Amino acid sequence: MSKGFFKSSIGKKVIMGLTGLFLVSFLVVHVGINSLIYANDNGETFNAGAHFMAHNPLIRVMEIVLFAGLILHAVQAIILTMENKKARPVAYAMTNGAANSSWYSRSMALLGILLLMFLVVHLGNFWVPTKQALMANEEHNTFENLKVVFSQWYFVVIYLIGVFALCYHLLHGFQSAFQSLGLNHKKYTPTIKKIGIWFSIIVCLLFASMPVTMFLGIIK
Amino acid sequence: MGSGNEQFLNLTLKVWRQKNSKTAGTFETHQLTGISTDMSFLEMFDVLNEKLIHEGKDPIAFDHDCREGICGMCSMFINGRPHGPKQGITTCQLHMRSFKNGDTIIVEPWRSAAFPVIKDLSVDRTAFDRIISSGGYVSVNTGNAQDANNILIPKSAADEAFAAAACIGCGACVATCKNGSAMLFVSAKVSQLALLPQGQAERKERVLNMIAQMDAEGFGNCTNTGACEAECPKGISIENIARMNREFIGASLTTPNK
Repeated sequence: MSKGFFKSSIGKKVIMGLTGLFLVSFLVVHVGINSLIYANDNGETFNAGAHFMAHNPLIRVMEIVLFAGLILHAVQAIILTMENKKARPVAYAMTNGAANSSWYSRSMALLGILLLMFLVVHLGNFWVPTKQALMANEEHNTFENLKVVFSQWYFVVIYLIGVFALCYHLLHGFQSAFQSLGLNHKKYTPTIKKIGIWFSIIVCLLFASMPVTMFLGIIK
Repeated sequence: MGSGNEQFLNLTLKVWRQKNSKTAGTFETHQLTGISTDMSFLEMFDVLNEKLIHEGKDPIAFDHDCREGICGMCSMFINGRPHGPKQGITTCQLHMRSFKNGDTIIVEPWRSAAFPVIKDLSVDRTAFDRIISSGGYVSVNTGNAQDANNILIPKSAADEAFAAAACIGCGACVATCKNGSAMLFVSAKVSQLALLPQGQAERKERVLNMIAQMDAEGFGNCTNTGACEAECPKGISIENIARMNREFIGASLTTPNK
């Protein structure tokens, strides 16, 4: 496999699919650790999880791989979108996309931009303070951090918008990644599609529940 | 030859007029009266063109040939959809009974960088021909035709290959794709040969060359929206795109210097 593969239309889609699925695997870890707040023990279990994530050497390496994957996914998306715009220099006066495809499958770039904007806020809220504590050699109380952020209603709104964008991005992206990788089979594709839908809904409902329950004081 | 339910429509037609690929086009509005619901969409254009010719005006250029949905020449983008509002048919198979009295119909050419407008609604689709020339063939030695059952082909493979071969190369997939991607067309052509024993010899070379040509023509990239499959007059499945991706990844991995 040479440079030509990665420059080809299919090669670029393979990169999108592989990085996308890698980011999906990160979501599983993220939502799992976060769900520890439901132990409802003043953040004891959750903070233990957060401590592990902040100090485990393998996780530290994976953090760099994760950022690399995210950047590759976003850069490749920008390149693909620019090429796609070039492929239709004169726009139609009238299109009826709703007749042939879902709105979110046609809005992956928009949803991706929303997610990137959300990520800036999200990293500022939690990743930056954790890193600051790590560098100062202090123990970061991530649970307290959560409580402070989610006591402000506008952060709750921003997070719900972020999760909404994530949900629809996943609804198309999950099954689309398998199609791009050529992993299509009459026997398995319907199952992959179902898993994609349930994964998107469950992960996003869990993520959405966290700021809400903390804001309402259900989790203390 | 009436259907027995024949009605007559008054319509407003907004048609794209463009002198050639070098000049910018614009919409032209025509009022049509007494259009029979039994007419095909192209017959409606014939009526309009006759009127324009009688008035000494330039008739509207549009592609058509067989007028029975098998040649793939007709190519109008009607009210935001290729081949109009109905599924599984080409523009020539669309009848005016699909419209209502007083409707405004917007007709545009296929819009793609790879399909330059020749004139009005007629576009140059030779990009498809060049993709086919790059690999959409099976090299055979000349001689007598083989006995039909010399090469055994499983029924399921034959059916899938036949379904892919139903592609008439009209370009509706490119026209409707938000990215202007030609992947449904190319995947149908790759699939019909990859599924059959006769296509095995050139299998890897074919997919590599056809994708290289497709990319060189300036078509966009697939984002799996499925719009092509929904609008294809021949119902070509996007399963073919997955197969083409698989073929391309496999061929790239196993072909030296590719």
